Amino acid sequence: MIQAEGLTHYYGPYPAIQDVNFGVRKGEILGFLGPNGAGKTTTMRIITGFMPPTRGTVTLDGYDVVEQSLEARRRVGYLPETVPLYTDMSVTGYLKYMGTLRGMSPKAIKTRLVEVVDVCRLGDYRKTQIGKLSKGFRQRVGIAQAIIHEPQVLVLDEPTIGIDPIQVVETRRLIKDLGRDQTVVLSTHILPEVSMLCDRVLIINEGRIVAEDTPKNLAEGLQGVDRLEVEIGGPAAEVLPVLKGIRGVNEVTHVNNDGRHTYTIQAQAGQDLRDTISQLVIGNGWSLRGLQMVGMSLEEIFLRLTTHEEL
Amino acid sequence: MRTVQAVAWKEIQIYFSSPTAYIVGLIFLALTGFFFTQDLGDPFPEATLTPFFDGAIVVFILLAPALTMRLLAEESKLGTIELLLTSPVRDWEIIIGKYLASLVFFLVLVALSFFYAILLFVYADPDPGPIYAGYLGFILYGSAALSVGLLTSTMSNNQIVSAVVAMGILLAMFFADRAFGAVGGLAGEIIGEMGVRGHFDDFSRGVIDTTNIVYFISVIAFFLFLSIRTLESRRWR
Ligand SMILES: Nc1ncnc2c1ncn2[C@@H]1O[C@H](COP(=O)(O)OP(=O)(O)OP(=O)(O)O)[C@@H](O)[C@H]1O
Ligand SMILES: [Mg+2]
Repeated sequence: MIQAEGLTHYYGPYPAIQDVNFGVRKGEILGFLGPNGAGKTTTMRIITGFMPPTRGTVTLDGYDVVEQSLEARRRVGYLPETVPLYTDMSVTGYLKYMGTLRGMSPKAIKTRLVEVVDVCRLGDYRKTQIGKLSKGFRQRVGIAQAIIHEPQVLVLDEPTIGIDPIQVVETRRLIKDLGRDQTVVLSTHILPEVSMLCDRVLIINEGRIVAEDTPKNLAEGLQGVDRLEVEIGGPAAEVLPVLKGIRGVNEVTHVNNDGRHTYTIQAQAGQDLRDTISQLVIGNGWSLRGLQMVGMSLEEIFLRLTTHEEL
Repeated sequence: MRTVQAVAWKEIQIYFSSPTAYIVGLIFLALTGFFFTQDLGDPFPEATLTPFFDGAIVVFILLAPALTMRLLAEESKLGTIELLLTSPVRDWEIIIGKYLASLVFFLVLVALSFFYAILLFVYADPDPGPIYAGYLGFILYGSAALSVGLLTSTMSNNQIVSAVVAMGILLAMFFADRAFGAVGGLAGEIIGEMGVRGHFDDFSRGVIDTTNIVYFISVIAFFLFLSIRTLESRRWR
């Protein structure tokens, strides 16, 4: 549905994104995950045809967003990061206006308006002036205008930012629903959001894509056996040096939780130390109360991929 | 076409609910009213609207930019342009829609100023020719001034900058005939021809000359074309 090749964009001399490639299949929810200034908004502005890339191409449903801009734009619904709305219009007045701009007939707008107001829970605020709405409700109006014309592609730039937790949950449910028959591209820097919503994640940092996979694979790929959590019955002062002395162990942290001593052992990549550890523990006459592999949380993956220091 | 209508209608509604537009209207009617009565103090007052029209175009150098400065500059400032330009709307539809809205508001002002003409017809016996011609000329001039203001609003996201630049262009057009003397030669003559005065004065004297009509229509077409191009240029690589 969306095909981006070699996207590069310069603001003046500085590249905001460099050689970004990705594809989105029909009906897929793709998440752009990245820290502030990574280039998420820049990418979305290019996909939606708001500005052309310095280099590279994007096609939507086969239409080039620069060369066949109008055709491409017919297929897009967009929620910009800042949720720009005409504050002096009423909610329905605004939605009707946006519907007309998207080429809908007055009749189509009328029926669709009822649905959209319902889906976005704007029922009580139909006649309210947008300027008088709270941030969360403006966000809903923003989503409503993005979906009113039932676009094939929905581009949402940080759709859950700045709204309260209850509305965040609601908004996520809404996006999940929309993602059933629409292609959705969303950006966020909230990690759990990505694992909750997205079929696939692109991690973008400093304008480059650093990882691309399903949230599950991403977590598993980096999980491995190199990180163990062990609970050992025995004096910590003795246990700790022994664990640290094992070849291939990089780091050991110790937590004493009411007499339950838990050690987190970080081994060198790919090393499986489970057997070594259990034998050592038994050999020293301590008791092995628990041993498990710990996956990296998406949070850690994110940090590992976007910061240059080793974890 | 429905999009042009929708854009225009939205802007018209804003005009009729915005204090700026009302202030502009009030200043326009007050000042032109003043020009209208100026001659009446003469011992032999002329039943004419010539001073009214001459005053009106000067006033409009300041007021036209005040009416148009919001049109696109505000969309850029607030970011609403992001949704406007990602909607399947052609750039000319946006420009023409916005232009039509400003034109409608301007024509309402013109219609209100008919009051002065009516006074003249009721209490005196004016020569109707120059009044009709003057109105035609003024409407053409105002329409041209609005197209200038629309262009500068398209170029900047700052309303004040947009208005000041538009005033500059309108002043230059107003005084262009003086360049005739200053520059001299063919260049001076061309610049002089571009000026507003030479083309407007015929109207306020009651002469309807096709070349003058063509002049104003060309000015409007030129500035609207540039506005469309400027908006379009956001999509150029
Ligand atoms: N209009 C602009 N002019 C100049 N530089 C810009 C402009 N917009 C963005 N940038 C720069 O481009 C880079 C990428 O910005 P972008 O807005 O795409 O990041 P982002 O991933 O959306 O960040 P955030 O999470 O903060 O929204 C940043 O370094 C930013 O400073
Ligand atoms: Mg952003």
